[in-house]
Amino acid sequence: MKRNLICLALGVYFGIALLKAEVASWWRIQEMFRFAAFHMYGIIGIAVAIGAASVWYVQRSGARALGGEVIDLTPKPAQYRAQLLGGIVFGCGWALCGACPGPLYALIGAGYMPMLAVLLSALAGTFAYGVVREKLPH
Amino acid sequence: MLANLLESVRGPWPWWVGGVAIGAVVPLLLFLANRHFGVSSSLRHVCAACLPSGPKYFRYDWKKDAWNLFFVAGVVIGGWLAREFLMSSPGPVIGQTPAPAPMPLDLFSWSALGTGKGILLMVVGGFLVGFGSRWANGCSSGHAIMGLSLRRPASLVAVIGFFAGGLFVAWLVLPKVLR
Repeated sequence: MKRNLICLALGVYFGIALLKAEVASWWRIQEMFRFAAFHMYGIIGIAVAIGAASVWYVQRSGARALGGEVIDLTPKPAQYRAQLLGGIVFGCGWALCGACPGPLYALIGAGYMPMLAVLLSALAGTFAYGVVREKLPH
Repeated sequence: MLANLLESVRGPWPWWVGGVAIGAVVPLLLFLANRHFGVSSSLRHVCAACLPSGPKYFRYDWKKDAWNLFFVAGVVIGGWLAREFLMSSPGPVIGQTPAPAPMPLDLFSWSALGTGKGILLMVVGGFLVGFGSRWANGCSSGHAIMGLSLRRPASLVAVIGFFAGGLFVAWLVLPKVLR
């Protein structure tokens, strides 16, 4: 339960950051895919640099998580065809609705209620994937 | 002086502040919760929680991954806090004029759901986000940030896919549809 509350707090922080950094913005996503501004590339680049440095530090030092747990860095199994094909599908959706899942939640919280229709559609897409999964290449 | 300081807190963050703030989620989640940053699994957990006898893909112990649902609940609250208390303008400044909202309100509204454009952007767009992120087994957070941080080749492939799809829509589909 303690872990869940920590995650709730980190989610609050992430949601604030998504709006303040304008990642939760259809305009910013269009700008990114049109190569019209550096904004999103700068954000993703710095975020990956910080993430990679953190992972590297954990690997080098064997640092533990709160409570002394060994930090699990096992990546998800690779399925290259799924990552490529699913990635393309995701990218199409990302450019259309101008929001990936994090910003969707943040925008709903910010009171842009019609984004609920986008979230419900994303849930429908998730469900549809669960239905046809066996028939897709992975 | 104080007014300037307040304004810089309430104003939008430059990219480097945003990058540091968002990147910091990776070590915060690793060190405080021993979890990998990722958002889109939450969509699967919601389906699993709502449809316990649904397709096999949704029959697993989603409660074990409840942290992810707490995290996205936090994101909703954070969005509200930011909008309510921490923002001087709702939309980004692109070109010379600040946008009145983070998205074009004529295309993202309840009434837009009755138009072809609105259905394409909101319903088809959302559907593809959900379908694609589960097929790729991750979204911009899980692959582009966490996966790349783990130096994971599969995540690089996913990010290439994200951009292939996004460039296709931004250059070939939207200009025709929105004109």
